[in-house]
Amino acid sequence: MALSREQIAMRVAQEFQDGDYVNLGIGIPTLAANYVPADIQVMLQSENGLLGMGPNPTEEQLDADMINAGKETVTAVTGASIFNSAESFAMIRGGHVDFTVLGAFEVDVSGNIASWMIPNKLIKGMGGAMDLVAGAKNIIVTMTHADKHGNSKLLQQCTLPLTGVNCITRIITDLAVLEVKNQAFYLSERAPGVSVEEIQAKTAGELVVPEHVPEMQF
Amino acid sequence: MELVMAGFDKVVNSYAEAMAGLQDNMTVLAGGFGLCGIPEGLITQMKLMQTKGLTIVSNNCGVDGFGLGILLEDKQIKKMISSYVGENALFEQQLLNGELEVELTPQGTLAEKMRAGGAGIPAFYTATGYGTPVGEGKESREFNGRPYILEESITGDFAIIKAYKADRYGNCIYRHTAQNFNPMAATAGKITVVEVEHIVEPGELEPSQIHTPGIYVDRVIQGSFEKRIERKVVAK
Repeated sequence: MALSREQIAMRVAQEFQDGDYVNLGIGIPTLAANYVPADIQVMLQSENGLLGMGPNPTEEQLDADMINAGKETVTAVTGASIFNSAESFAMIRGGHVDFTVLGAFEVDVSGNIASWMIPNKLIKGMGGAMDLVAGAKNIIVTMTHADKHGNSKLLQQCTLPLTGVNCITRIITDLAVLEVKNQAFYLSERAPGVSVEEIQAKTAGELVVPEHVPEMQF
Repeated sequence: MELVMAGFDKVVNSYAEAMAGLQDNMTVLAGGFGLCGIPEGLITQMKLMQTKGLTIVSNNCGVDGFGLGILLEDKQIKKMISSYVGENALFEQQLLNGELEVELTPQGTLAEKMRAGGAGIPAFYTATGYGTPVGEGKESREFNGRPYILEESITGDFAIIKAYKADRYGNCIYRHTAQNFNPMAATAGKITVVEVEHIVEPGELEPSQIHTPGIYVDRVIQGSFEKRIERKVVAK
């Protein structure tokens, strides 16, 4: 069975290590914050200028001056810091953020990512995504393996305008975990009950399949 | 109490005075992220002045009927330089009609463009945007085996800023994430106007805690704010 959004987020959260500074994009990546293992601590960075983002506020805690990069009201955890946008992106562009998790329309075997623009549709902008993919040490892309028409999002070469080049090393989809290296996708895990054949059928780019592909563990 | 040094007293008493000198076709840098930390009263004054042909440099363009979005109502904006837009229907409509030009700029590059502009640095290299539409037509250069693009900095005729507290000398403190782009924009305006929640006397702010030193600030006005929340999300 393909993973739900929550299950993808759960698998993403397994990547975190104690003491990581993590930036989570909008959508599935944000859900990963709900599944951080109980025995580790991570500090969430929100690129509008908050390191140590906490949960959404109660009605009593609600404060128009406390928002995240998705413009939602949030709180700060104990030990948080708040700063300006240039400082925030110095952290990101300077490679100080350990982990970035973001969604994408397409990823290719060169580690290129397209996530912000579909030509001839309304273009709202890249926000901080181009800075994040250019700067973070580890970037995980989360997305469905194929679009709703069944077309693969893991390509030999991206067709949409890029967000960044040669920057993606790991992809977690509803079907699989894959590494991106040597101009290919390397299948490292499959979702429980999902066959290697199904993953092969839905991966358009070069796919390297080892002899044994373990199922993800939850 | 010490005497306030008149030459450094930046406080003005009306919005008209605060935005005096704003003319058609000027470039205005605006602090704020979404609707958080925006100089609401200064934006309203710009609408009242009906200044046209403006280039606005701001991460976003407000929403329909609030924030910078109100400047779209009478087509006062010619061009937006932003990282993320289109939260408002009017914006979309004017963009599709060709009445409004947008220069989409990565958020970190936008912040750095203003920071550099205020610091007298005309351009800088960054990896952000290399190999993407943002990098097209820009000079690129390799450093330590990695390609970077050259981005030019931004300055403005005006910078409009929202601070939490400012003293009469223009020293500013921001509150929580309402800080965002305000400190960079404040450094890069030829005339920098700060609208604040509280004006205090010099000496009331701890010098080492000041975010924007008064040297960058030309005018300070006592504001009144609605502080609208764009996406209210509360814990379940």
